[in-house]
Formats: sequence, C-alpha cells, structure tokens
Amino acid sequence: MERVIVAMQDPDMGMKMRNQRLLITVIPHAMTGNDVIEWLIQKYNITEEEARHLGGLLVQYGYIYPLREPRSLLLRSDDSPYRFQTPYFWTSSRWPATELDYAIYLAKKNIRKQGELVDYEKENYSILHKRINHTWDFVVMQAREQLRASKQRRKADRIVLECQEQAYWLINKPCVNMPLYYHYTTLGRNRVKSSICLESFMKYSEQYLHHDPIMSGCLPSNPWISDDTSHWTINTDMVGIPTRLRVERWSFSFMELLNDSMGRREFMIYLEKEFSAENLCFWVACEDLRHGESSKIILKVEEVYKNFLAPGAARWVNIDSKTMERTLEGIKRPHRFIMDDAQMHIYFLMKKDSYPRNLTSRTPTLAIVPQETKKSVFPFMRRQRHSSPSPAMVTQATEDDGKAKGAGPTGTSSTTNSQI
Amino acid sequence: MDLPRVLSLQNILSLLFFLLPASALTTGIYMIFSTKPEMATQEIQPNETLTNLKAESDTLKTKLEDERAKLHDVELHQVAEKVDGLGQFIMKTRRTLKGHGNKVLCMDWCKDKRRIVSSSQDGKVIVWDAFTTNKEHAVTMPCTWVMACAYAPSGCAVACGGLDNKCSVYPLSLDKNENLAAKKKSVAMHTNYLSACSFTNSDMQILTSSGDGTCALWDVESGQLLQSFHGHAADVLCLDLAPSETGNTFVSGGCDKKANVWDMRSGQCIQSFETHESDINSVRYYPSGDAFASGSDDATCRLYDLRADREVAIYSKESIIFGASSVDFSLSGRLLFGGYNDYTINVWDVLKGTRVSILFGHENRVSTLRLSPDGTAFCSGSWDHTLRVRDRGYHLGYIPKRTTLSG
Repeated sequence: MERVIVAMQDPDMGMKMRNQRLLITVIPHAMTGNDVIEWLIQKYNITEEEARHLGGLLVQYGYIYPLREPRSLLLRSDDSPYRFQTPYFWTSSRWPATELDYAIYLAKKNIRKQGELVDYEKENYSILHKRINHTWDFVVMQAREQLRASKQRRKADRIVLECQEQAYWLINKPCVNMPLYYHYTTLGRNRVKSSICLESFMKYSEQYLHHDPIMSGCLPSNPWISDDTSHWTINTDMVGIPTRLRVERWSFSFMELLNDSMGRREFMIYLEKEFSAENLCFWVACEDLRHGESSKIILKVEEVYKNFLAPGAARWVNIDSKTMERTLEGIKRPHRFIMDDAQMHIYFLMKKDSYPRNLTSRTPTLAIVPQETKKSVFPFMRRQRHSSPSPAMVTQATEDDGKAKGAGPTGTSSTTNSQI
Repeated sequence: MDLPRVLSLQNILSLLFFLLPASALTTGIYMIFSTKPEMATQEIQPNETLTNLKAESDTLKTKLEDERAKLHDVELHQVAEKVDGLGQFIMKTRRTLKGHGNKVLCMDWCKDKRRIVSSSQDGKVIVWDAFTTNKEHAVTMPCTWVMACAYAPSGCAVACGGLDNKCSVYPLSLDKNENLAAKKKSVAMHTNYLSACSFTNSDMQILTSSGDGTCALWDVESGQLLQSFHGHAADVLCLDLAPSETGNTFVSGGCDKKANVWDMRSGQCIQSFETHESDINSVRYYPSGDAFASGSDDATCRLYDLRADREVAIYSKESIIFGASSVDFSLSGRLLFGGYNDYTINVWDVLKGTRVSILFGHENRVSTLRLSPDGTAFCSGSWDHTLRVRDRGYHLGYIPKRTTLSG
C-alpha cells in the first residue's frame, strides 16, 4: 500500500495537487476524491470500480484522510478534499498507540473545546482518567503544552496537523475497555482447598523448626549473642565437612539442594556416576543466561546450543521433541528466556528422577554436629568481635576469623568493642 | 530567598515540548512509557456500551469471590489447634547501629549474613558490618529521602534511590580514598519517587517499584528497561521476589490497597488481592513461596495463600491502632515480625494468629525490618536514626530445648 502512496506523491508522475478550499481556509497540497480515483485508473490500468475500492482501502488504513467529514472514512468520487497522511502516522511504521498518548489527545480536545468529545470519546476519557489517575497531572500538562506549541503555528498548518492527528486516532484508538479477559481467566483458575494449603504451612514450620535459629537456637552458638562467629565459619561454601543440619536441609526439597553450592557439588558428583551430569550443567548454563548480562545473551545462547542441543553435541540433553522443536525455532531470535521451556523440562526431570534416587542411595555424608558453646563463666565479658573480609574483595575471600573456638569456657580478658 | 526548584523529569519534558515540533513530542512520551497497551483480547462489538461491560465486569468479580469462598473449608487457627503454643518470647537488642543523621528509611542484608546497607532521609547510604558495628562505606546521594536500598547478591555493589526518581547502583570499592559516587551507575528511571528496589538472582538485573504506579525490571549493565508492570491504580510502595523453583514471579503492594502477583517474563498480573482497608506498606513471601504477608496502614498484617487464592489470616489486635510499615518471616515461617508506626515491633505466631511478643526500644516509628539471610537475627531501622539487630533473649541459665540429632 505504501508503494502506491509514494507513487502518488511523486512530483512528476504523481497526482496533481492544488490548494483546496476548506470553508475559509486554504489547505495546501490537497486533492479531490475524484482526482485520486482518476489517477489510480490511469496508473494501474484498472476499472473505476477497482480504483474506488483501492482508494477506499487507502482511506480506511489511514494513508489518506478526508478534510471535510473526518469521521466517515470513505473515498468520495467528487470534489471533496483529501490529504496524504504524514508518514509519521502511518499504521505500519510506528509505535503501537499507547493509552497515555490517547489520553493526551483526548485531554487536548477537551481543553480546546469543551463538549467537543463524542460520546464514546467521553466514556474513554473517564475510564482513562480513572485508570491512569496517578499520572493525570502529566497528561493534562502535556496536553496544555502541545496546544500551546500548536498555537504558534500558522492556521493552515495547525488545521492540517489536527486533521492528521484526528485521522490517526480514529483508526488506531486503543481498546480502553476494562480487561474483561483478566476476570475470565481468574475465574477459571484452579484453586486449592484451604484445608490442604493450611496443612502445608503446619508441615513447613515443623520441618524447618530446628533450622530456625530464632525458634531453636543454633550450634555452636548464635554469633549475635555469643560474639563467636564459628556458626558462620562452619557453614561457609568452602568448608570441608558440612554440618548435619545442612545435609538434612538438602533432603527437604530439590530447590534447597540446588541453592546450596555444596549440595549442588555433591549432586553433580552423583550425576557423573550416573552419566547424566549434562542435565545439571545445562540447567546451570540456562540460569546463567537468564540472569546474566544482556549483552552476552546471543553469545550464551550459541554456546548452550553448541554444547547441549546441537545434534551430536558433546553433552547432549534429552528433551522431548516438541520442546526441542520450539527451542530450536526460538534460537533464531534469541532472548533471555528462550531456554525456559527446555530448562524447566530438565529441572523436573532431575527433580522427579535423579534427586529422589540420590536421596535414597546416598551413602551417609560425612557431617559434623558442632558442640554447643558452654556459657561463659562471666557472661558480662564480651569477646573480641572480629571483622571479616568484605565480599567486595575481588581476590579469594579467605575466612580470617581464625581461632575456630570449639567448646570450652571462654575467659577472654579483653572486652573491647570496636566502634566508630 | 527563592531556591531554584530541582528540575524534575516532568519539567524537563515540558521544556522539550516547547522546543520540539509536534510530531516529535509524542515520540518523546513513547520513549518514557514504552509499554504494551492493556488491550482486551476479546473483540468488543461497537454497539456494546461501556455500561454493559462495566456491569459484566462487576458480576464477574462477585462470581470470583463466590468461587474463592467455595473452597475455603477451614480457618488457619482451626488447623493450628494441634500445634503447640509458643509461650513467652523474649527478644533482645544485640547491636545498635548509630551513625545516620536522620530517619532511617530502608535497609537490606548482605548474603554474608553480617553486613547491612541502610539509607536515610538525609541522603546518606551507609554500609555496615553489623557484627562489629563498623561503618565500611558511606555514600551521599544527590537527593534526600532515599526510600529504597538493596545489597547485590555478590556483595560487591548496592543499589539505592528515592526522590530522585532513579535507582542507582554503586559498586563498592575497598579503596578508602575512592569516592564511591564517581563510579555510580544510573539504572532505573521512573516519573515519580522510587519506593523499593531489589536485585533479582544476580547483580545484573534490578526490580523497582515507584510512586508512578508501576514496577519495572531493568538491565543493570545497559540501563535498559526489560519489562514494565502496569496495573496498580496508585503508588506502588513495596515489592518482594518469590523464592520459587522457577523464579519468575514477584508480589507488589500499593496505595490502591491491592497486592498484585506478577509474571516477570510477560509483565502480566496473574493474581490480585484486595482485602486491606488502606495502603499496603510492605509485602514479604512466606519462605516456601506459597503465600505472602502484607503490612498496611490499617494496622493489620494479613497472610494470603497463592494456591487457595485468598486471604487466610489477619494479624491484628484492638490495642494496635497504628499502621504496620514492614513485615518479615522467621526462617521456618512460624513467626511474623511486624514493625509499626507506634515505635514497636509485634511478633506474631503465624499459625495460631496470636501475638507472642511486643518489642520496645525504638524512639520513633519503625520504618524497615528484615531477617538476616541465615535467620540468626533480624534488623529494624527507625525514624529515631538507629538500626537495631535483635535476637532471642534467654534468661540466665536457659538453654533452648533441642531434640538430639543422631550423629
């Protein structure tokens, strides 16, 4: 369609445009409906009926708009004036009409001439007013500014611009009606009975009771109470032997296992024995893609494809054909979430298969149960509070809390409290 | 003397409008609000009047409430009858962090379980090692009322923002002489104040909520808007990311009394709850991710279950008449800590619905409250310029009962 329009506007071969009169103002560069049809007949060697049809479509899609009766989007084969819509407003080229722009347009109309809004426009206006109420000041302000700027122009230009805008909104007004479909979808949602949901809260609280330091305390002691950071030292990522509680937590859910870097390592070792380690590697790579830098997305998607999805890949993952098809199709236009389906498939595969088998077959992991620090003889004496290296250090963060104080009464002489 | 007003984004836009031609103006708006229009997917017939549609929407809403009520066969406290009560709970302040010159508005913990970032009304953002109470970094923001701050998961950066309508990321440098503000990175841009911010699973993305009624997801590196979330009819005051397996949702609460659950991928609101009677100041997920709690100006905290799709508990007392400003759960989800505007913190038994403790100590309203990452303590920030790290207090000689774990 745009080719036709461009041809029409060609200075030599295109349509002859002259100044048309609209009431008292002279509009430059306008043509009559008749002119349009004649030109189409001539250029494309078509019948009058076809030309009228084509011309009508041009008006309906907004490439040409009528000056006299802007609301009726018809091409009249008489001397009613028409104009070409500026390419800025072409349906194909630009942004989808947002509610905000429409609100500004309506506000402008309202301010310019009170009561000029047609019924449906009035209703849209009030709906929008309610919906984006919090930015309404902005809307009104923009409308006022735009009106003020337009007053600076010559009248002819102003009318032209107004007509252009009006024509655009006639065709492109966003559907302002309430999102009814949201209500329909929520109605159809699967809900779970309260009794089942609430039972799960009981179970969860019970299961995690001993892991909750505020409820049950922690071993060897709560660092905030005793000033002894052993509890943190024995639970770091790099520690040699995990605590009993930590290992127990891995058995609560697959997510707990994956969230703990040590648990993940142990799981990987198990999967390697089972020759299905590529699943976890794939999952890790997908997580990296999802949460990584935007600039590296394309690179990462290629890597993942090369390593895990390409036929004959070194670590080919077993995904069902439909998901694989969808993923491969999506890779052509890579974005952050392109691996989501595949990732979820592999995640649930591990969760339902490898993870439970790991739990049952696992030889009891070596784990320690820290001794509880005996209460110090002099509870008023506070220990030295050691600082720890900031995680902002790029080099290897080594725990420097040293002195792994185990059991035994503490009797430090110093009670210095570091303060600024 | 009339001080020049700070150029807000709106003022700048109005200047642009004055200078640029009409056609470019509307492009300007689009660049700020580049969002998908909320269009009904159904074809609306031209002769269907809007009043008809409104009526239909209302009937659907009542139908929805009926459907929700059908599956509500038991109350939480009834189910909780078989669980032991908690008895007396004593909490003690273990650390008091002094150093802010004005009201503390927000705080967040570092993943190392001991560091904290806090922000205040005077524009200062301070990073503390709460264990030693040492201040490690301090940044002065160009605006006052820094209402949001967050620690990056790596511990190498902090994000903060407030009345400047922006969220900025400051990488933490260990060089004491370096001015942190020099490396600052502006990530988020809203058209009204920033009320809350949070990093997602990595340092690369930030989720923000703003007084302009929207939430947004940003790419830190490029400052690009990845997704925006429209649906609140008023200021959005708080947000929290879900700890779920698929990690794709978050909940937000606003001045329109609604709490909305969003899908981060599509930008759609997937669930909405509207039972509070006033602004929702704080939302926090239950540790399992199946529910969330909210604290509101109507002096109640409420628990919403996502699978039952309804409110399942209200935590309130006649003697509590001031709004709750912030809430958080203990690690097992058994306790709900609520900071209130009457300077106290109330500790609720989530299952039984009763209050197990009331904590005093702050000399002005409690504005922010968070549990430490390993659950060993919780920190509260207040308008009295201090932060307090609190923990269980034991009577002398008391040892918490613990069943022996077979080693």
